[in-house]
Amino acid sequence: MSITILNPGMMTTVQDMGRFGYQQFGVSASGVMDPRSTSIANILVGNDENEAVLECTMMGPHIRFDQATCIAITGGDLGPTVDGVPVDNYRAFLVNAGQVLRFTMIKSGCRAFIAFAGGLDIPVVMGSRSTNMKAKIGGFQGRKLEKDDVIKFRAPKTDLKNLGIRHISPEFRPRAEYTLRVVLGPQDDAFTELGIKTFLSSVYTLTPEFDRMGCRLEGEVIEHVKDGNIISDGIAFGAIQVPSAGKPIIMLADRQTTGGYAKIANVITADFRILGQLKAGDKVRFEQVTIKAAQEALLAQRASMRTLRNALDR
Amino acid sequence: MADVRFLLSGDTAVTVEFGNEISVAINAQIRAFSIALQESNIPGIVELVPTYRSLMVHYDPSIIEYGTLVRKMKGLLGQLDRIEIPPSDVLEIPVLYGGEEMGPDLGFVAEHNHKTEQEVIDIHTSTEYLIYMLGFTPGFTYLGGMSEEIAAPRLQQPRVKIPAGSVGIAGSQTGVYPIDSPGGWQLIGRTPVRMYDPNREVPILPQAGQYIKFRAIDQKEFDEIAAQEAAGGYTVRRYPREEAGK
Repeated sequence: MSITILNPGMMTTVQDMGRFGYQQFGVSASGVMDPRSTSIANILVGNDENEAVLECTMMGPHIRFDQATCIAITGGDLGPTVDGVPVDNYRAFLVNAGQVLRFTMIKSGCRAFIAFAGGLDIPVVMGSRSTNMKAKIGGFQGRKLEKDDVIKFRAPKTDLKNLGIRHISPEFRPRAEYTLRVVLGPQDDAFTELGIKTFLSSVYTLTPEFDRMGCRLEGEVIEHVKDGNIISDGIAFGAIQVPSAGKPIIMLADRQTTGGYAKIANVITADFRILGQLKAGDKVRFEQVTIKAAQEALLAQRASMRTLRNALDR
Repeated sequence: MADVRFLLSGDTAVTVEFGNEISVAINAQIRAFSIALQESNIPGIVELVPTYRSLMVHYDPSIIEYGTLVRKMKGLLGQLDRIEIPPSDVLEIPVLYGGEEMGPDLGFVAEHNHKTEQEVIDIHTSTEYLIYMLGFTPGFTYLGGMSEEIAAPRLQQPRVKIPAGSVGIAGSQTGVYPIDSPGGWQLIGRTPVRMYDPNREVPILPQAGQYIKFRAIDQKEFDEIAAQEAAGGYTVRRYPREEAGK
C-alpha cells in the first residue's frame, strides 16, 4: 500500500496548495511552487486540485512502487523513467507494483510534480498537507524526503476513466528570456520614477541564492526615494522586495509572513507557472499589467482547468 | 480614517494601511477593522494578516474582484464608529524567572540597569504588553510597552539554541520564544505554557491585538503547569482588559 524512497533527489517535499488561515500567527503558507502544474497533474489522475503531490527539485527522486497505482508527472522535464524506459510528462499512466520511477536528468524547467491517483496518506496539519520545513510541520514528518521513507496511498487506482486520453501537451517551454507580468505595489511609491523604469526595462538574472523562500536577482540597481526599509507588513506569494542595495528578491511559497523591505511589485498569479520553473542563470524581464488584466488572466486559467477536467471525465 | 490607503499586493491580496508608525492607536484601528471585516458578509475573503500598521486581506478573485472588494471595505470603514468592539483579552503567562537553566541573563539585565533581580521581575510583571503582531516564527509576538528601566542590549554572540518558552529582552522589546530557535535575546525566565502546539485545536495561543501579562511562579508551579501541558490541558487565564481612559 505504499511507495518507498530509494533516493530522495535534491529536494523532494509533500505539498498541496498551501496552509491558509495561519499567516496571522506567523506560520508561512508553504504549498507548491507551481500551482498550475500541480492542478493539471491532479486533474489528469482524477484528484481534487488541492490533493498533495510530491514536488521534486532539479534532481528528482528514485521511488519504488510497492503497490500499483496511476500517477501523472507535470511541470519541468526532469527526465522521468519507469524501469529505465522514458515516460511522458503530462500523461496519466499506471505504475505496477515492484516498478521503479527514476528521474534521470533535468531537461527543462526546475520542478516536477507527481500526483498519485487517490492521494497520499499524509496527515492534515492545521488544514493542509504541505511541508513547512522551518516550523517542522506537515508533509512527511515536517521535512524533505529521505532515503527509505515509506509513504502509504489513501485510495490507489489501477485504472482511470478514459485513461488513454488523459494527457495534454507539456506546458512549460524553455526560453532565452522569460517575461513575468507584475502589478505594481504595495510600496511602489518608495521608488523613484527612474527606479520603476529601471525595474520594468532591465533584464535580471536569477542567482544561485534561490530556494522555496525566495530568489535573489542580479541586474541593474533599482533606485529608492530614501531606502528599502519599511515598517514590517504582510508579504504575498510573488512579492518583489528591493532592499536598500537595490537588487530585487522574489518571495516564494515558504516566505516569512511579514517583512521590513519595500516591495516594488508582485508577480501575477497566472505567471507562477513560469516563476516556479526558473532556476539559477535564467533571465527575466518584468512587464506591468493592470490588476484587472491580472485577475482576468487568473480566471481564464481556472476556467481552462474546469474545461480540462470536463473533457477527461465525460 | 481619512488617510487609510489600499495598496495592491498582487492579484489575490490587498494591504489596508492605517498609518506609517508603530502606535497603540493605529493598532486599535486595525483590530477594529479586522473584527468588522470578519463580521461583515463580504464574500471571498480568505485570510487576514494584521501587522504594525496595516491589515493584509487575502481574497479569492474568482469570488470578488479587486474593485468591488475595495469599495465594500471603504463602506465598512465609514461605519466603523457604529460597530461595537469588545475589549481586548489579556493572557496571563506564568514565568519562572532567573536561575542558570531558565533565566541565565536575569543577573545581567539587573546589573545593566542598576537594579536587583527582584526589581526587574516586579517591573517585567507589572505591565500589560500589547501584541502588535505575530511573525518571524509561528507564534512569535512583537510586544509593545516594556519599561525602559529594564532594557538591555542583545547578546554579542547569539545562542545557537534557545528552548521554547524562553522569555527574553532585547533593547526595549520583550517576548517569548515559541519554538526552539537560535537567538540573541537576554533570557530572564521561561514559561511552561506552550505558546505554539501544531497538534492543538488552537495551535497558536496569542493573537494580534490581545495583551500579555507575565506572572512570576516558582519551580513547583512550573512543574505542575508543565505536567498539565504535557497531558494536553493547561488553560491560560484570560480576562478582558480594562480600557483605561477610553
